[in-house]
Amino acid sequence: MITVAVQQAPFSVEDALAPLEALGGGAVASFVGLVRSDGGIEALTLEHYPGMTEVALRRLAEEAVARWSLIGATVIHRVGELRLGERIVLVATCAPHRRDALDACAYLIDRLKTDAPFWKRETRGGDGRWVEARASDDAAAARWSQPSPQS
Amino acid sequence: MPTILYFAWVRDMIGTAEESADPPADVTTVGALAAWLAGRSEGHRAALADLTRIRAAVDQQFADLDASIEGAREIAFFPPVTGG
Repeated sequence: MITVAVQQAPFSVEDALAPLEALGGGAVASFVGLVRSDGGIEALTLEHYPGMTEVALRRLAEEAVARWSLIGATVIHRVGELRLGERIVLVATCAPHRRDALDACAYLIDRLKTDAPFWKRETRGGDGRWVEARASDDAAAARWSQPSPQS
Repeated sequence: MPTILYFAWVRDMIGTAEESADPPADVTTVGALAAWLAGRSEGHRAALADLTRIRAAVDQQFADLDASIEGAREIAFFPPVTGG
């Protein structure tokens, strides 16, 4: 079961996880990204590419489901103006066991950051500025292309 | 004739989110299209001057600068993505 949503409205984590918890797996993992307070940010405005975004998110979810044999995956990403501390994104996965759910959850948020057409504009002191992409995000996404290190 | 879309600061600098384009026949790739569009206005030139800062999509799929635009209906130019 794959659920993808791009929306302005806030979302409830409990409501987002409930359908995954009902799938009969033993593990649901989730990640929630929030508007961070660093550097005096007052607000964040999220823009996206309507049409392409939904397809890109669904493709990432399908890849995660196939790679970790997930029972379900959910991606919710907000757009528009968000205030400090508000939820931006939720990714959640359901699998029979925790390792697959946790790894797939990390994969989804790492890949979402480099493979889905969203752009952040931050407001500080009344001035807006487009956020620059970070090389560390590229590195985080790229590590999923390599053979996973065994611990 | 493909529709050209711009997002984020690329749109801000160019001053429009969407326009149509009828490039000459020798403009066959994403990079060549960007270079051709750069001649449209001062804003286009400024936004598309450094293509290492630009990403693109052809018919809503991420595409490299050397990707073909043949038969494309929608081509988008935008900065590296920053979601999540």
